[in-house]
Amino acid sequence: MSESVAQIFINALLANNFVLAMFLGLCPFLGVSGKLDTAFPMGVATTFVMLVASLCAYGLNVLLTTFQLEFLRLISYIVIIASAVQLVEMVLKKYSPALFRALGIYLPLITTNCAVLGVALFQTAREYDFLQSLTFAIGGGAGFTLALVLMASVRERLQLSAVPSVAQGTALSLMLAGILSLAFMGFAGLGG
Amino acid sequence: MSQTTVSTWEEFMEGVWRQNPVFVMVLGMCPVLAVTVSGINALSMGVATAFVLVCSCGLISLLRKMIPKEVRIATYIVIIATFVTVVDYVIQAVSLALYDALGAFIQLIVVNCIILGRAEAHASKTPPLPAMTNALGMGIGFTIGLLALGCVREILGAGTLFGVSLFGTGFQPWVVMVLPPGGFFVLGAWLLVFAAWERRKQRKFAAQGGGVQHV
Repeated sequence: MSESVAQIFINALLANNFVLAMFLGLCPFLGVSGKLDTAFPMGVATTFVMLVASLCAYGLNVLLTTFQLEFLRLISYIVIIASAVQLVEMVLKKYSPALFRALGIYLPLITTNCAVLGVALFQTAREYDFLQSLTFAIGGGAGFTLALVLMASVRERLQLSAVPSVAQGTALSLMLAGILSLAFMGFAGLGG
Repeated sequence: MSQTTVSTWEEFMEGVWRQNPVFVMVLGMCPVLAVTVSGINALSMGVATAFVLVCSCGLISLLRKMIPKEVRIATYIVIIATFVTVVDYVIQAVSLALYDALGAFIQLIVVNCIILGRAEAHASKTPPLPAMTNALGMGIGFTIGLLALGCVREILGAGTLFGVSLFGTGFQPWVVMVLPPGGFFVLGAWLLVFAAWERRKQRKFAAQGGGVQHV
């Protein structure tokens, strides 16, 4: 593993953006990206869960490998992510009730966000060490937030324009995502 | 007797067509877009998902009276994760090339919204047989959706179908179709086609002077 920390960060943020290049976390991407006000907090919350999940998954993987219990990896990751989401939910409820209410149902749904499980699985598959895992999680989360905010901004503008009624809804969002994804392909090779 | 066969058939067809998970409900999009660069990948992903769906819905339906309501989601996830681990190891044993092509997306079946959605909305309320029939229908509908995407992307992006060359050597492949943006474009186009078709059907229905018009 000769990738430097900076390379991992750039790759996760831009070149291999979680949403637009690796297709992880599309459900919130299409679901929460209607308004900028909710898109950004959602991105930040997901990033935090990713960070916690990544750290726990790293420790857990060391433990599982020591006891040769690799077949339990998937199940234990999922349980860890669910607990991390629960933790975020409790912290938010205590310290920022306004944000807690704004995110509503989407908060528990982070559990089934494949981007979070994706971080844990990819860092295991690529055998990242502790610092690399940490960078990967932050970069991936930032990339997810970036994609969500970009999409939300475009969709807010789009509400003012005349679109053929057949194309409204998911079809239009997907076409938009395709164009965004095309733009992000320009970053290919940036991370070396 | 005929009553039950009709209802079983409807249970089955709900997922295949009327409530198709890919085109109608737009659920579980991540694997749909990520693995459909070729027909064969799409087919194996669909079959794997269908297997997990049927098995976990069957088991959840069997246990539905035993699972306490408060921890049901966690229980469902653990059951689903168990079957996904099984599928993961089976694919690894059968074809390593396929395993590498699908990558982490086999394990990501765990967080596929279709499975958890079916478990929560259907399997937790119905006896095993109808639950599994419904799950099978959903699985087949999901596979059809994946195939529709995979075939179009493979034909346009590589000029082949299931690895067989279609157009000879003169064909210039439309490479963007097998790259990430192509996935978004093709799925968007399919949704447009279905929306247009639905619109036409409604207009025809209204022209015949038939009853309520959908607004």
